[in-house]
Amino acid sequence: MAYDKFTTLTSAAVPLPIENVDTDQIIPARFLKATERVGFGDNLFRDWRYHQDGTPKKDFVLNQSTYDGKILVGGKNFGSGSSREHAAWAVYDYGFRCVISSFFADIFRNNCLNIGVLPVQVSPEFLEEIFNTIQKDPSSSLEVNLPNQTVSLLATGTTESFAINPYKKENLQNGYDDIDYLLNLKDSIQDFAQNTPL
Amino acid sequence: MSKTLFDKVWDAHVVHNVKDGPDVLFIDRHMIHEVTSPVAFLGLKNRDIKVLYPERTFATADHNTPTINQHLPVEDPLSANQLKALEENAKKHGISFWGLGHKKNGIVHVVGPEYGITLPGATMVCGDSHTSTHGAFGAIAFGIGTSEVEMVLASQCIMQPKHKKMRITVSGELQFGVTPKDVALFIISQLTTSGATGYFVEYAGPVFEQMSMEGRMTVCNLSIEMGARGGMIAPDKKTFDYIQDREFTPKGADWDKAMAYWKTLHSDADAVFDKELTFDGAKIEPMITYGTNPGMGTGITQHIPTADTLEGGEATYQKSLDYMGYQEGDALLGKKIDYVFLGSCTNGRIEDFRAFAELVKGRKRAEHVTAWLVPGSHKVLDAIKSEGLFDTLTDAGFELREPGCSACLAMNDDKIPAGKYAVSTSNRNFEGRQGPGSRTLLASPTVAAAAAVTGKVTDPRELINA
Repeated sequence: MAYDKFTTLTSAAVPLPIENVDTDQIIPARFLKATERVGFGDNLFRDWRYHQDGTPKKDFVLNQSTYDGKILVGGKNFGSGSSREHAAWAVYDYGFRCVISSFFADIFRNNCLNIGVLPVQVSPEFLEEIFNTIQKDPSSSLEVNLPNQTVSLLATGTTESFAINPYKKENLQNGYDDIDYLLNLKDSIQDFAQNTPL
Repeated sequence: MSKTLFDKVWDAHVVHNVKDGPDVLFIDRHMIHEVTSPVAFLGLKNRDIKVLYPERTFATADHNTPTINQHLPVEDPLSANQLKALEENAKKHGISFWGLGHKKNGIVHVVGPEYGITLPGATMVCGDSHTSTHGAFGAIAFGIGTSEVEMVLASQCIMQPKHKKMRITVSGELQFGVTPKDVALFIISQLTTSGATGYFVEYAGPVFEQMSMEGRMTVCNLSIEMGARGGMIAPDKKTFDYIQDREFTPKGADWDKAMAYWKTLHSDADAVFDKELTFDGAKIEPMITYGTNPGMGTGITQHIPTADTLEGGEATYQKSLDYMGYQEGDALLGKKIDYVFLGSCTNGRIEDFRAFAELVKGRKRAEHVTAWLVPGSHKVLDAIKSEGLFDTLTDAGFELREPGCSACLAMNDDKIPAGKYAVSTSNRNFEGRQGPGSRTLLASPTVAAAAAVTGKVTDPRELINA
C-alpha cells in the first residue's frame, strides 16, 4: 500500500514513558475484525485511552490537549508481542509518522518500516532527556532527518544519529514498498521455486 | 565453513541478496488465517496480481471463531464477514481452505504439524507471531505482518535481514512435575521479554532431546515471548517419526531423498553463535507468571519479586502489579483464581489434555472456577474422545469446547471478565489480553489443572504425590 514519502519531520511529540508497550495495548484483539485498512487510529491504545463505557480516561496522554504532534515517544521494548500490523496501522492512522524509543520489538519495527512509519532507536540517556524536556515543555519540538539519519531535540540542541538499513531508507524516502522490488525479481524466484519441491 | 542449523536452512533459501539490504528469502510453506490476511488480499486486488504459488499457502480459520455451536451461523457480523472474506479469498486464488466445521480445522500452529505442512529444513511464515512453533521440527518459522503476507502471496518471498544466532542449552534432567511450558517460562523469566530480540534461537541439550514433539512445539512457540523471531530444534528420530505418512509430507523416493537432507540439519560441532546461554534443567520448578508480560514469571513456590531485584523501571513494574492487584513480596501459592483456560497454540495439543486429565482424574472442579477447555484442532478433539479423556474430564466437572484460539486473545466471546483471575495455558499475560480488565497467570496444563480443582494457585506436585 502506498504511503507518504518520509524525508524530514519537525514536530512536537507525545510521550508514553512506559516500558514493554505491547501490541495488545496499541490495539486490542477485539478491534482487529475489519477486512480493510480503515479506522484503526480510533482504537489506538483503546483500553488505556477509554473506560469500558467509552468515556475518555482523562489522565492518558492522548486525551491531554497539552500533548500533540506526529512523533510518539515510547519506553524501552516498544511494540512487543503479537505480529498484528494493525498496531502499526493504528499508529499511522492516528497521525504519527515516527516512533522513538530506546529499543523496539522486531516485528513491530519491521511492520512500521513497511507502511511508512519511521522507528527511531535512540540511546536510553537521550530517551530520558526527551521525556524530561517534553514534560517541562510539551510544545518542545524534535527534528527527525532521515537523509542525515539524525534526531535532534531543538530545545536543548542535543542530536543523535540513528541506524537504518540503506535499502529501507531508500524505500521510505521514495514511498516504495518491497512488493515492487519482489515483482521485479519474478524470474529468479520462479527459477528458484522449480528447484525447491513443495 | 561450519554452520549453525539456522545458517543451513536460511542460506538454502536465499534467492537474492540486496546490496546493503535484506535477503530475499524463499518461503516453502505459508499459512494464513482470517485476521491478518484480508488486507493482504486487498493489496493483491489493488495491484491486479494473482497468488504466485497457491499450492504453497494453506488457510484455516481460528482467531475469530466461536468455540460453541460452530454449526450455527456466526452471530457477530464483523467476525462473520472476516471469516467469509477468508473463504472467498482462498477460493478465488485456489488455496486450501479449512474453515469452520471442516474436519481439518483448528489453530494454524496445531494443524500445520498435524497434517505434515511443517517439515524439517523448510521456511514457513504466517501472519502470527507464534509461527515460531514450527521450529520444533527444524524449520525456520516466524511471524510476519500483513504487508509481508501480501509479499508471500505475490512472490513466495519475503525480504528480511538475517537474524543473529543464539543457542540456549538446557542440561541435566527435569524434576518430577516440571513440563516443557515450565522450561520455556523459566527461560523467558531469565532473559526478560526482550532478551532475545534480534536473535533466532536454537534450543539444544538433553532436556530438549528428551522432550516430545508436542513439548518442543510449546517451547519453540514461546520463543517470541522473549523477543526472538523464532526458535528451532535440530530434527531427530522423534521428528521424523512424527511427520512420516502425514498428508503433506513427501512419500516414497521423495521421502528418502528428503531424509538424506534432513539428517544433515544440525549445527556443526564448531559452529559459532552470537550468544550462548546454558541453564541447569534440574533447577527449574513449575512456573507461574504474576505480572503483565511473560517475562514476569517465577517458580510457583516463590514470592513476587521486589522491584529493586529487577532490571527495568520501577514505575512500569508497579503499574503491572497494580493491574494484577498484587504486591511485591506476595506469595503466589494460595492466590485465589476464578477462571482456567486450557488451550491455544502453546498448550492445546493432545499431550496437554492428557496432562490436565491426569491431574483432575478422580477430583472435582472447584465450584467457583469457570473452566474453558479448548482443543487446538478437531484432530485433538477426536483424540481426547478416543483416548477416553473426555469421560475423565466430564466426571471431574469439565466441559470441552470446539477448536479455536478462544480466550488466548479473546477476539471471540470467550472473554475473561474485568478483574477476574485466570490461570491460562496460553502465551500472553498482557493487560486485557484475555478480555478487557482480565488478569492472566500463565502456567502449564498441570498447574492449570491443579488450580482448576483447588480454586487457587497450587503446587501440582502436592496433588500428584497425594
